Formats: sequence, structure tokens, C-alpha cells
Amino acid sequence: MTLELGDLGLDEGAHLLIKHALAGARVVTLRGSAATLAIDLPAWCRAQGHQLERRGGEYAITRGPDRWAGAERAGTVDAPVAHAPARWGLAARGALVEAGTRGPDLPLADRATVWADEAARLYAQAAAAQWDPATAIAWPPAGAPPGHPPEVEDAVVQVMTYLIENETAALLVPARFLGKLHPQFREVMQLLAIQTADEARHIEVFTRRARLHRDALGLSTAGGQASLATLFDEPDFAIASFLLSVLGEGSFLALLWFLHAHGPDPVTREIARLAAQDEARHVAFGLAHLQRHVAEEPALRERLAAAIERRHAALQHTAGLNAEVFDALILLAAGSWAPAALRAGHAAVIALGREMDDGRRARLTRLGFTAEAAAALSALHTRNFM
Amino acid sequence: MLGAVAYDAKVVPIWEGFRAHFVASGLPFDFVLYSNYERQVEAQLRGELDVAWNSPLAWLQTVRAARASHRRAEAIAMRDTDRDLTSVVLVRAQGPISDVAGLAGKRIGVGAADSPQATLIPLEALAEAGVTGTVVRHDLLLGKHGDHVGGEREAVKALLAGSVDCACIIDGNHLAFVREGLFAAAELRVVLTTAPYDHCNFTVLDDAPPAVARFRELLLAMSYDDPRVRPLLDLEGLKAWLPGRTTGYALLERAVDRFGMP
Repeated sequence: MTLELGDLGLDEGAHLLIKHALAGARVVTLRGSAATLAIDLPAWCRAQGHQLERRGGEYAITRGPDRWAGAERAGTVDAPVAHAPARWGLAARGALVEAGTRGPDLPLADRATVWADEAARLYAQAAAAQWDPATAIAWPPAGAPPGHPPEVEDAVVQVMTYLIENETAALLVPARFLGKLHPQFREVMQLLAIQTADEARHIEVFTRRARLHRDALGLSTAGGQASLATLFDEPDFAIASFLLSVLGEGSFLALLWFLHAHGPDPVTREIARLAAQDEARHVAFGLAHLQRHVAEEPALRERLAAAIERRHAALQHTAGLNAEVFDALILLAAGSWAPAALRAGHAAVIALGREMDDGRRARLTRLGFTAEAAAALSALHTRNFM
Repeated sequence: MLGAVAYDAKVVPIWEGFRAHFVASGLPFDFVLYSNYERQVEAQLRGELDVAWNSPLAWLQTVRAARASHRRAEAIAMRDTDRDLTSVVLVRAQGPISDVAGLAGKRIGVGAADSPQATLIPLEALAEAGVTGTVVRHDLLLGKHGDHVGGEREAVKALLAGSVDCACIIDGNHLAFVREGLFAAAELRVVLTTAPYDHCNFTVLDDAPPAVARFRELLLAMSYDDPRVRPLLDLEGLKAWLPGRTTGYALLERAVDRFGMP
């Protein structure tokens, strides 16, 4: 093979032509008239490990050792492998990985544990459904008074305080697993990332709503935090996902729709609706990958049940949902101090509890629990909701 | 025990990696890092090192000091990239100097005083071409024998700024400096290319222990195809270790004879 470089120098990109030629032939004969070719070509060949021989006015280059000998594809670009080895590191799925690559420790590397076929679709849906807190909500002008009694506003602030705390857990728990997930499962990685972005946005709007008419936030209880701590302490992805997404965020869905229905002002109702739409995706992914996991490993179901029981035992000594949140929900739904309104608000909160229980039982059934087991397990769910 | 000069922070991971490789291959191995080649040469002559990873100038210093005490130095191995290097003398393409003779009496921009490739060898090549001038040194990190590329870069900057009339650099840096944007290819012109010369080698003295033979054997057996050692070879800038040869130091010897040991 003979390569004619003309007056193109190695200091002008001629090395691309040489590399291209060497990819197809072990020995390449080369001619060129660039002023510094005789200086740059030997230096370049030496650095690349190619042998160079000068033959009259030509050069003969013999290809040197190949860095890509023993390289391996990180699976295929279309679908993940059953187990992703650490040696693929952070390479894109389907990339050709140089032998000897040392990747970071990413222990969530088994398809059975993390994968859901729905991940790509849910991610695309999430990316398309991102909303801008500044424009998606009709924030009232600064200083505008609330259209409801001050105590109802206090109740809204208390509920927002509680939501922020719980959404913080819902942000940090998947974020911690995200840092352990092998990038072979790209769609799951993207989905968990956008899920944390969803929670970041929820935290923003709940904070902004709480501060509409108040300078201080509400209460944070030891019991509520103890409940969230049990989510943090869970090292197993399947169990954490089950407790957080399927049971916790599942229950939160009902709470957000409750706030959408009973919020005393348009902003509260709208942010609850927008957050609920996001949370529905989080629940859908949790359910999807756990359904897949349970199908591949039926014994997982027993571990999930044991996790609920363990968490219940750990939280038995706590008060669960704090009385302030419970009362705030009643007052918020009532919208006034009128006894009839309070009666209606109380009834709505009791109905919310039933609705949460119905939802949990339905989702447990979808994971293959019998109706009896689902009812028993749902009853053990934390009184903190999340 | 091997000695090497810490001309850059990467020297630490390089030799830590080599140590792990040699130890895993059953050779007890450790290294000492020096801040300059002169200390390393002295340490080897005192018997504190079995092998020294020497610059070409440190090799000559060792050969001469060993000879003075009736001993003998040997170069047992070198990188494939240590063979047949050249240095070049650059001038401004649009400047008044059109050939090497035009540099007579001019300001000759060189690297560090002890750099074989950017100072001693090109000055010798210029002298052999009958050219002498005012030498303007760029003494970055003396004692590192030009391993640190900063002196050459400063010489080129001085040429571009017009404070010297030429700059002396190693061939590989011609391409490297264009790539890093230090100058554009058309800005500078080569008026002299030196004869080929060799660079670093692993130096032993005649009383080296038998383990040195095993060290050399393991070195020469390192293959670029082996992904476990490839990162080390990449860091040290080679594709293969070759047997040492001493035929490539004549130009430097003449330079040291002419200008004295820096």
C-alpha cells in the first residue's frame, strides 16, 4: 500500500491518513513533501511504536503493537447483559473497551436486580414531562393575602414542611443507589437521575409554597425522621425500592391527590397535581423492576415481606405520623373552623387512609402477594406514609 | 534497588507500578527517587543502588567516574523510544536567518544547561557546522537533565518573542508544541537536524548483584499486548524494552568534551 501525503505535514493532521492506511495494511509506503516530514515522521512513529525505514525518497512504516488487542465489547448497545463486569468501567454500553481497564466499584451490576423493560419508556416520558416551577404554576404576586383563615395557612405550611422532609428522603435514597449502579443499565441510570431531579423540583415548589405567606416552616418530628432513617439504612436495592417507591411513594400518590382535591388555594392544588404525576412514574418503575425481579427470583417476595415486618418492628416505639400533620391535614381539607367543615375534613382524612391502604394492597397483589398477605402487610406500613 | 530521578509527579506511580509487577514476578524490588541525577550517580558509585535509570548525561557521568576508579559501567536496557532521536534548531520562518550559517554570532536559545537534547547535543552539532553564538539558556529544573520539558518550551517562547534568534528542541517536541498550540507549523522553520543519538538507559556497575540479570530479563519480557503492564509502558512512554546499547552517545561525549561537564 502506498500513501501519497503531498505537502500535508504531521503537524497539520497527516497522521490521520497514516493511521487510516495502517488500519488496512501492516506495511505502508509513504511519500510526502512537507518541510518537516523527515523530523516529525520518525518522532511520531517512535511514539506510536511503528517501525520506520527510509528507502530513497520514500518511507516504509511497519505497524507496531496494537493497543486494541484483547479489547472487548461492553455488551451490545441495544440491551444490557445479565451481569456487567467491573472491567467495563464507565464505558458506554456496546463500546469497545481496552483490555486492562479498571472501573470503579459499581456493585449493582445484575440485570435481575435492577432492570425493567419499561425503563427507557419511563425515562422518555419523564424527560418530556419536566415542568418549570417558575412558569408551570401561577404564583400569586408578592404580598397578596391568602384567601383562607391564618390557621388553615399554618396547616398548609405544616404539610409542606412534612412533604419537603419526605421528598428529601425520596431524592437521597435513589441517588445513593445511582452511585452504585453499573452504567450497562443506562436507561435505569437515566431514570433514577431524572427521578432525583423530580424530587429536587418538588422540594423547591413545596418550599416556595410554604414561604408564600410565612417566614418560618413547621415541625419535624423524631418519629417521622426515624421512619425515613429506616429507608436510608436499607442496603438492598430491591428492598429499598420496594419500601420507598412501591409503598412510600405509592402512599404519597394518594396524599398528593388528596391535596390536589382539598388544597385551600390554587397553588397548593396545582403543585400537588404536578408532583403526583411525577411520583406516579417513580412508583411505576419500582413496580416494574420488582415484578421482573420477583418473576426471576420468587424467593424475593419473602424477603420483601420480611422487610416490611422488620421495619414495622423497628418503628413500633415511634409515634409514626405526627399529630400535627394529621391535624393539619384535617384543617387544610376543612378550609375553615366551621364544625361542619371540620367534620368533612376529618372524613376526608380518614378516607385518605383507606385509599392509601387500597393502593398498597393493589400494588402488593401485582407483586404476587395473596390478597390476605397484601392486607396484612399493608397494615404494617409506617404510619408516617413514606 | 533501583534509583530514578523524580522529574515529574508521574514518576511515583510509574515505579510503584513497576515494583508491583516485579514483586508479583518473584523479584524482590524497591526504588529510591532522587531530586537530581548527580545525587543518583554518586549514590550508585557508593554502592547504594544496583540499577540507575539514567539520562544520557548521567550515563556518561557514571562511565567517567567508574573509569576513574577502574570500574566499568554497563547499559543493560533502554526503551524503544530512547533510540535514534534527533534534535532540531528552529528559526522564525519570516525572519532574516535562512540557513544554519546565518546563526553565527547570534543568540542561540537552548533549554536547561544540563539538557542533552535541548542544549549540549544541538550546541555540539552547531559547533561542528562551524557556528557559535551567544548561548541563552532556559534553566528550568537543573539536575533533571532536561527530562522536564519546560526549558525547551521557554526557548521556543523566547524565539517567538524575538529575544533569541533560534531555539533548540528534541524532534518529538516539534510536533508536540504545534499540537499544544505553542506555535503554528508555518511560523518556524528547521535549519539544522542533528545526527541520531540515544537517550536514557538502565545503568549497572560491574559489581551489580546477580538479581540484576533477572530484573533485565523481566523488563525485556514485558509485552505491550499484556493489558496488566500496558498502562505502565504508556506512562513511561515506550512500547518495548530493548537491550542497552552504547553506540548512540558519541555526539553527547563530543559535546561534553568540547563544553565540559555542565
